[in-house]
Amino acid sequence: MTDHRFADVSGVRKALSDAKYLADEGTAGIVYLADRLGKPVLVEGPAGTGKTQLAKSVAEITGARLIRLQCYEGLDESKALYEWNYKKQLLRIQAEGDSSTWSDVEEDLFSEEFLLTRPLLEAIRAEEPVVLLVDEVDRVEVETEALLLEILSEYQVSIPELGTVEAHQVPLVFLTSNGTRELSEALKRRCLYLYIDYPDLEREREIVSAKVPGVDDNLADQVARIVRSIRQLDLKKDPSVSETLDWARTLVLLGIDQIDAQTATDTVNVLLKYRTDIDKVVKEFADNPAELTDTSA
Amino acid sequence: MTATAPTAEPSADQPLLDLLSGFISELRNAGLPVSLTENLDAMEAVTHIPLEDREAFKSALGATLVKNHAHWRAFEVVFEVYFSLRGPEYSIMDAGQSGDPIADDADEADMAGDGQTGGGGGGMSALTPEQLAEMLFKALMNGDDAMLRALARQAVMRFAGMEPGRPVGGTYYLYRTLRNLDLDGMLDRLMEAARDEAPNELTRLEEHLERDEFQDRLDRLKQEIEAEIRRRLVADRGAEAMAKTLRKPLPEDVDFMHASREELANLRKAIYPLTRKLAVRLARKRRHGRKGPLDFRSTMRHSLSYGGVPAEPKFRFPRPAKPEIMVVADISGSVAAFARFTLHLVYAISSQFSKVRSFVFIDGLDEVTGFFEGVEDIGEAVHRVNTEADVVWVDGHSDYGHAFGVFWEKYGKDVGPKTTVLVLGDARNNYHASQSWILKEVQHRARKVFWLNPEPKAYWDTGDSIVGEYGTWCESVHEVRNLRQLEGFVEKLV
Repeated sequence: MTDHRFADVSGVRKALSDAKYLADEGTAGIVYLADRLGKPVLVEGPAGTGKTQLAKSVAEITGARLIRLQCYEGLDESKALYEWNYKKQLLRIQAEGDSSTWSDVEEDLFSEEFLLTRPLLEAIRAEEPVVLLVDEVDRVEVETEALLLEILSEYQVSIPELGTVEAHQVPLVFLTSNGTRELSEALKRRCLYLYIDYPDLEREREIVSAKVPGVDDNLADQVARIVRSIRQLDLKKDPSVSETLDWARTLVLLGIDQIDAQTATDTVNVLLKYRTDIDKVVKEFADNPAELTDTSA
Repeated sequence: MTATAPTAEPSADQPLLDLLSGFISELRNAGLPVSLTENLDAMEAVTHIPLEDREAFKSALGATLVKNHAHWRAFEVVFEVYFSLRGPEYSIMDAGQSGDPIADDADEADMAGDGQTGGGGGGMSALTPEQLAEMLFKALMNGDDAMLRALARQAVMRFAGMEPGRPVGGTYYLYRTLRNLDLDGMLDRLMEAARDEAPNELTRLEEHLERDEFQDRLDRLKQEIEAEIRRRLVADRGAEAMAKTLRKPLPEDVDFMHASREELANLRKAIYPLTRKLAVRLARKRRHGRKGPLDFRSTMRHSLSYGGVPAEPKFRFPRPAKPEIMVVADISGSVAAFARFTLHLVYAISSQFSKVRSFVFIDGLDEVTGFFEGVEDIGEAVHRVNTEADVVWVDGHSDYGHAFGVFWEKYGKDVGPKTTVLVLGDARNNYHASQSWILKEVQHRARKVFWLNPEPKAYWDTGDSIVGEYGTWCESVHEVRNLRQLEGFVEKLV
């Protein structure tokens, strides 16, 4: 923890935006704090707002290796932490014959040679700088969450047969969650909390400009404004940032530089994925077919 | 920004530490679960960031202390109270001779950049209300944030009529200020101007976009006014007193019966993620319950790989019977919000039940199951229940006795040994006959009868409430005043 990765908050922000991740002040500040305090960051927010991308971008700007643990129901120790390579252990026993004593074999069997490292242990044992991403942590069961606790607070893994493996360097850890369930207090307590919401108009426009090749400022502005208006309707699923980007790309591909109600309703299915939502938006913005035709500028 | 909070009370040698511990204990008072380690983290975090950067300071505290997004609002209020900008220019006494303090306000000039606003602010007190409205209109039209800020301040000084030492929460001042500004009329004027400015007639889409843009600016103005009022109140009465008055309950603790319109809107927003979480949790519980009986065949089959030793017992998947639910809800004025949220929640997790039927009543009773069938949007269905159901028999005052009578007569035969009946209401019967024998009969036939009462326990059986009499014939009577209690009950039910 002696040398820090970042000098100050604005430096983080600058580096992230160079990596085409446009963070707001809060996000950059928390990444900076995570580095200074050596604490993991729990990132929550609606789907498609760039939670996973944040970890990737941070890995990119720090030149660290990204180690990713994708969580799912039924994830267990042997898939997240480590596992003994028992096939190899069996071979070892068979190769031995009866020449050596049991204690030698036993000592041998539970050495690092027979250890299969999984993402969490790998991140701890890495010599080079790493960023550990635990993706969609809300998908594992509450009991499995406990697996993470030792790593998150002490940066170490206890293996009964081997002892404790401590980290060579404190990795930056990001946990993402879509909030499908409440995470345990114990986990939350160990993390810094970052909520990434839909960006405001200003930032969404910048994101579209930065991420979509060939989009001009005028189109980016229109896209951002329409998306903001759509998000204010009461929809089942609001359009996410990634969907906004898809929509902008679609418009660029179609060679459209002025969005009118007609094009908006024609392409809105890129933005929205529920029938009822699409109907609602079309009704809101263009219920009068006559208006649809006379708007081409 | 010289006016940052930590300079507020330089009494001890560690003013920041004192202020922070006051801040954190207020967070706890507001209901946020702040643990000791989080407290220490926050203390450490603030040493790493430059104190003069207020936003960074706020986000550092937020990241270490608030671990649930629903609590963010409450956190913000407390933060604003404890770390608001302070200085002589915010004192209420200034209101009359406001010219000077504004002109030399460092913060304001800083924001305005070219100092133009500072000068403008200084002269503002001389303006007529019409001129002020005109300036506001221009500022809104151009989205001039610095100007809006200055105008918000001017409006508060002019219209709020704040009196020093008055123990109020500021809502009243906000109302007075907004009433004088007439923001709805302003929106219409803005739209008018936008239409004039456009070369062609605005399309529906464009109009929508313009309106949203202006609405956004107006909201910002409103927030600015609110913040300004709060700053002045804090300057007048001190952080601790204000924190107490302004304290807002967390969304899950908001009382159904006394929620304001804004709180209800927040509740509606909170209920969707809540139901989703609940559904996931219940589905998971169902799948992972290891209570199934031993599966003898499977165990024998698997024992073959251990040479016939049944080393690995196999269990059947548990298939707990899904209960059948009948919801009987009072939707008269006082308890309507409660019924709405409960119906919403029950239908959102209806996959956990084999069948859900719902009835609503005031003094008549109507079945509303049909409203929910094949509907994707539960909120919409609940709305229809409130507007379309035929529940008035005589005068539209709650009559539990008669409603139960109708229920028993028409639907009593449908109550079977698998049915769980939920009755929602405050049991305020307006001194009508209770007809509690019906509930007794229902209890006989049904699996279980629960009563959910949105009133605090202390009020039960006072006045015309006869929940005690009905309660005799129920499995149990629960006090369900907020989302937290509702969620707890529904989870137990499944």
